[in-house]
Amino acid sequence: MAKASATRVGEQAPKLELPDTRGELQSLPAPGEAPASVVIWTCNHCPYALAWHDRLVDAAREYGPRGVRFLAVNSNDGERYPADSLGAMAERVEAEQWPFPYLHDETQDAARDWNAQVTPHLYVVDGEGLIRYEGAPDADHMDPSLEAAWLRFALDAVLAGEDPELARTDPVGCSIKWK
Amino acid sequence: MSSRTPRLELLWWEGCPSTDEALALLREEAASLELDPSAIEVREIATDDAADRERFVGSPTIRIDGADVQPPGGTPAGLTCRVYRLRDGRVSPVPDRADIRAAIEATLEGGAR
Repeated sequence: MAKASATRVGEQAPKLELPDTRGELQSLPAPGEAPASVVIWTCNHCPYALAWHDRLVDAAREYGPRGVRFLAVNSNDGERYPADSLGAMAERVEAEQWPFPYLHDETQDAARDWNAQVTPHLYVVDGEGLIRYEGAPDADHMDPSLEAAWLRFALDAVLAGEDPELARTDPVGCSIKWK
Repeated sequence: MSSRTPRLELLWWEGCPSTDEALALLREEAASLELDPSAIEVREIATDDAADRERFVGSPTIRIDGADVQPPGGTPAGLTCRVYRLRDGRVSPVPDRADIRAAIEATLEGGAR
């Protein structure tokens, strides 16, 4: 089963520095860091990642104006899985007009550093760089009405300077395709 | 039991967590059509060679008498997770229950799908 164990809440988030689909380097932390950041391990070919994607886009559009930064990361082996190649990532960002950058983790080091196991696998990081939530967007990939509620609860808490009541859930999805 | 007993297969790969859900769907639909759920053949596909040999285009794959319940077209064989479209348009890791049922019924009736 591709069901990862969550282990990193409360720890300092590993440094993240990867190019996005336009070749621009994106990093976390960044100068003038956001009050909260969401790092989403995702990919192009996993039905779980695809099923949850629109809910994450909606959350990004809603929380972006409140200063929350969203970063999506694809660590899958793009040679064995061409749907996850850098070219395919760029095509998707363009076609779907993503509201956040899509980072290419070619070496898969970022996934290892963050202990990302599946797609989607989410992390909420506060302004101090601490991981405050890790897990799935909500309880059911097949129910769009849930609107990424677990992610939103965590963001609301962090933006209010509080601890998320639900800080850790089991991320459920496709295993990351290691080289 | 129906006098006509089609071969029911579920092919799966460990990289996708949808196997149990797919097997439950197949069992339920088989039972509702008076077929024996215990006769379902469940086979793991573990290597690229096996995927090629079995024309396995992703997990889970459900076949009724060798025919895919949602024919994958030109999708290449490989160890990956399948993306299904439900009849209401949602993306899903498992086929639509109605597609599974329709595939079994078509086989029981002996008609081409």
